[in-house]
Amino acid sequence: MNIQANQPAAKLTVAETALVEAFSAQIGDLPGNGAVAGTRDRLLDDLKTAGLPTRRIESWHYTDLKNLLRSVPEQVAGTKVSSIAPLVKGSTVLPVLQGAAHADAEIDGVTITAFRDQLSDGSAVAGLTALDKDDAIGRLNGSFVRDGLALIIPANAEIEDVIELQASHGEGQIHTRFPVSFGAGSKATIVERHRSETDAAALVSSISDLTLEDGAEITWIILQQQGAADTHLAQIRVKLGAEAKLRLYVVNAGGKLVRQELRIEVQGEGAELTLRGVNLLGGDTHTDVTLVLGHNVPHTNSTETFRNVVFDKASGVFQGMIRVAPDAQKTDAKMACNTLLMSDDGDFSVKPELEIFADDVICGHGATVADIDRNHLFYLMARGVPENKARAMLVNAFVAEIVEELEEDKLVEPLEEIISAWLDKHA
Amino acid sequence: MLEIKNLHARIAEDGTEIIRGLNLTVKPGEIAAIMGPNGSGKSTLSYILSGREDYEVTEGDITYNGESILELDPAERASKGIFLAFQYPVEIPGVATMQFLKVAMNEQRKARGEDELTTPDFMRRVKEAAEQLKIDPAMLRRPLNVGFSGGEKKRAEILQMALLEPTLCILDETDSGLDIDALKIVADGVNALRSPDRAVIVITHYQRLLDYIVPDTVHVLYKGQIIRSGDKELAQELEANGYADVIETAA
Repeated sequence: MNIQANQPAAKLTVAETALVEAFSAQIGDLPGNGAVAGTRDRLLDDLKTAGLPTRRIESWHYTDLKNLLRSVPEQVAGTKVSSIAPLVKGSTVLPVLQGAAHADAEIDGVTITAFRDQLSDGSAVAGLTALDKDDAIGRLNGSFVRDGLALIIPANAEIEDVIELQASHGEGQIHTRFPVSFGAGSKATIVERHRSETDAAALVSSISDLTLEDGAEITWIILQQQGAADTHLAQIRVKLGAEAKLRLYVVNAGGKLVRQELRIEVQGEGAELTLRGVNLLGGDTHTDVTLVLGHNVPHTNSTETFRNVVFDKASGVFQGMIRVAPDAQKTDAKMACNTLLMSDDGDFSVKPELEIFADDVICGHGATVADIDRNHLFYLMARGVPENKARAMLVNAFVAEIVEELEEDKLVEPLEEIISAWLDKHA
Repeated sequence: MLEIKNLHARIAEDGTEIIRGLNLTVKPGEIAAIMGPNGSGKSTLSYILSGREDYEVTEGDITYNGESILELDPAERASKGIFLAFQYPVEIPGVATMQFLKVAMNEQRKARGEDELTTPDFMRRVKEAAEQLKIDPAMLRRPLNVGFSGGEKKRAEILQMALLEPTLCILDETDSGLDIDALKIVADGVNALRSPDRAVIVITHYQRLLDYIVPDTVHVLYKGQIIRSGDKELAQELEANGYADVIETAA
């Protein structure tokens, strides 16, 4: 018999050692009261014991972080970055520059706090958790987080201007957190943007923690534009109350090693989730989007659609787990993941999973991987559009379809511009 | 203008020969009808003329204005003025019709060394052409051909033809799926484009369309060859007697 015993803690990798050392070096410097410091210690300890996840951990099977994260960039002091024009004209920009929040903007009725203050007074401690035993991002971020922005949108507030949480950075280590609560019946559109100003490597971890109270109607757009050498480990945690409506868009258009986790709990009847993703993958990069969605109560709906375009030697992963709780009858969930493979050297792995414990539900998933439709290509070329341009139009169309579902021109147009610009550079 | 000499062509994938020694000459200003029973190679001929890569020319040549076009890709042929109105125009979700029209017009202009159209000029041209073809402007705000009825798709093809101003128009079974009113609108659209320096090849199964687009020459295609050529009377003869007589005589 070939039984593998639980091995004693293996030797730490270069990256793991660097993380442990970085933590020791920062002790006393990381913001937080005693409770926060204790939590940080515990999370780092767990990280050290468990190590970075490998392919043997099921939820990390396609992203062997231990292997892929070869090193950790040095903490760099004094890196200067600046904010840029927001995605949507007229947005209120809340900048986080090299991991440090600027919370001085004012939005009527909205409470804006720098997350470092919540660490200092200890109110942040409840959120510094790992969601499960394999939650490496929760551990990493909980250990190292320095700042971020906490927003409270009061009940029934209708925030007209888009709010852009704009995290810009250069090289180094950046760990941020964005807890945002949306009061009952509130309406708002938020852009969560991560961008790099250099090609020098950064390690970024970021967790957004969203609570939608009953009847809130929120659009949340994650726009990831990290640098070519960056590791971006992100998580969005969402709780949806009764009748709450969330449109969650995830656009990945950067980074070298990216894991974006979506941990969503639908907790109130009548809640509705519209999840859309666009993954633009090129170069020698690895991008993983992992969804764990719980339909926990009866009468909730969700649709999940991802469109992926893979160039060069890029590899992509989508794992989509939908859990329907035993009494969550009348759940309606539809998941689709469509990939355009533009290169023979690229790959994309899709792993949909449905765990359904209720018997009166509609749940479905579908996945396709294809090249550009030859009939479409011929049609465009027969009208005089040269081949490279026709291909670009078709790739664009493939993802634009998803973006256009947003319907509001002020959101659709700038997102389409970002996508076209990315495609112009990579196609 | 168009000269097809001893053309042999096959399906690239499985080598099936479809065109077997086809000869055809079309002069400027001419309207040539190509008729033939199902499976005779009519649609294949239209694809080969427009450069679809699913077909391989194994022998013979196609010259357009004295130049062989066999080495040109579909986009290059289009910018030389060859236009295929598809039998089944494809729906392309995500490509806005107006954007497509503008890109197509400007790419062809660029390829010919002409200036790109200004937006107002472009809009004006589209509006005029759409009115003439009784195309609802709402249709043009949809993605390309998406959700268009069969008739709307055919009208949209003729709209593209009017805007791109080709010198050789190939209409592949443009009458299929059209009711009589739509047929008249489409035929009027084609007739409006008649000019001494523009040729039209009308590929059709039935004589019906030729009542509205009156051909100068009629050619019968059978088993990949033109087996008989004549004037518009030939079309009427085919309508009355079917293809059997012509095929028998040729055999």
